[in-house]
Amino acid sequence: MASPEGKQMRKRKNTDVDENSTVIKAFREFQVLLDTRHDKYERLVKLSRDVTIESKRTIFMLHRVAGNEDSESLLAQTLEKLNNIKLIKMMKISEELEGEDPYQFLRAYSPGLQEFIEAVTFYHYLHSGSLVTLQQIQDDLTFPTPHPAVENVADITAPNVKREVTVQVLIPPLEYMLGVADLTGELMRLTINSVGAGDLQLPFKVCAFMRRIHDAFLSYGNVSRELNRKMSTLRQSLHKVENACYTIQVRGSEIPKHLIADVLSGTSECSSRFQEEPCDE
Amino acid sequence: MTQDATSQIFSSFQDYINEEQEIREDIRSQVKDIEQTAREIQTLLQSVHQQDGIKSISTLCEKARERFGRVREQFSKLSQKVPQDQYYRFHDHWRFVSQRLTGLSAYIVYLEKEALISREDSAAMLGVKMQRGDGFHIDLDDYLMGLLQLASELSRLAVNSVTAGDYGRPVRIARFVGELDSGFRLLNLKNDSLRKRFDALKYDLKKSEEVVYDLTIRGLVPQEQKSTDKPTE
Repeated sequence: MASPEGKQMRKRKNTDVDENSTVIKAFREFQVLLDTRHDKYERLVKLSRDVTIESKRTIFMLHRVAGNEDSESLLAQTLEKLNNIKLIKMMKISEELEGEDPYQFLRAYSPGLQEFIEAVTFYHYLHSGSLVTLQQIQDDLTFPTPHPAVENVADITAPNVKREVTVQVLIPPLEYMLGVADLTGELMRLTINSVGAGDLQLPFKVCAFMRRIHDAFLSYGNVSRELNRKMSTLRQSLHKVENACYTIQVRGSEIPKHLIADVLSGTSECSSRFQEEPCDE
Repeated sequence: MTQDATSQIFSSFQDYINEEQEIREDIRSQVKDIEQTAREIQTLLQSVHQQDGIKSISTLCEKARERFGRVREQFSKLSQKVPQDQYYRFHDHWRFVSQRLTGLSAYIVYLEKEALISREDSAAMLGVKMQRGDGFHIDLDDYLMGLLQLASELSRLAVNSVTAGDYGRPVRIARFVGELDSGFRLLNLKNDSLRKRFDALKYDLKKSEEVVYDLTIRGLVPQEQKSTDKPTE
């Protein structure tokens, strides 16, 4: 019954459904309404999952940028990847949401959206060293219908009518902040990796940046349970980065560069998260 | 420059939070008023279950309908506090009370006409729109939830109307609840709170059927009921 295609009615043996009854007639209508909504929800969940996967891959790619000689072209590649997510998946989400209250379906597409924000902010941090604004991302996810670039993308049904209206994937500010909180986890890994690659300047820069995020989040207080959970992860990541900076400062000149990474992973109470991911040392 | 820009981002989020908290506060106090009225209506309708309540149904319904005037006023105030197109952002605040009120409106209509309230009438009684596109409305799930509450109330009424000596009503109630049940069976419910609440409907149905059974084996069911009613299982 839970599945959308389970449309076969479960008639009970004795009571035939009386199609003429006003009650049954009313419920037939509700059936259609509910099914439409559930289908839309399911489609959004699916799209959101695709966005999550693609965004995660982009983030992995971005981790390879640090310390790579050919970082410029890698960055360009990730930007293209992000644009692809935007044009194909996000565009579809925005079409699903057209004329709907986005908050009604937020739970369906929120995981993908957060991952996407994480990827975009990470890209911009590597690119320009600053935090991309909500407005910028929102503008990116606002599509005029019909979108000029869309016609090139094969699997999008051609926009039927010429409308001046724009469709967008609405980003509630809270979602943006949750994405930023996720970003700090990536920054932590970036630090550790960069030490491994021999860059001893980056950790200090990242550390300052993370502190600013951390301080800002502290002042928000009790906003949502989700944010509180991410806050504690953020604190752990910050600790790790601060410890890394400390180690570099104290012992940086004593140990050969290629050994510092080993020292770091020994001292900075290396979490399971760090160990899961193979560092490219 | 980037420092300023970053601070700007964080401080604007702070403003956003503050603003949101204000809206929520506003909504909460308005919803509290509505809850108060809903409780009053509920208390009023409770007297249907009393011995002589069944005879005074029409006056009770009239009184309850009057109270709904206040509900309409309060809902229109609430709808002004909710920013446009953000109904579902704050939905949780009034979800419960709107379920309760649709249940009550359905109860009144059933008592008056022994029929199912349409979504349209229900929305009109609460002074809200029926469709999302038209403005502040009642969510379909909440309406259905209200109907499930109605079924519980009716199965209780079936028992009490026997005690009060009205033997015809339980038969009609059992038929109605049975119809509701087959209606809900048409829906493909997801595994959510509505589904859970629907799972309890079978007990209400069972209860009202048992009452009919008790009356039937004792030959207490009035003649004209028997002819129109086929046993609902």
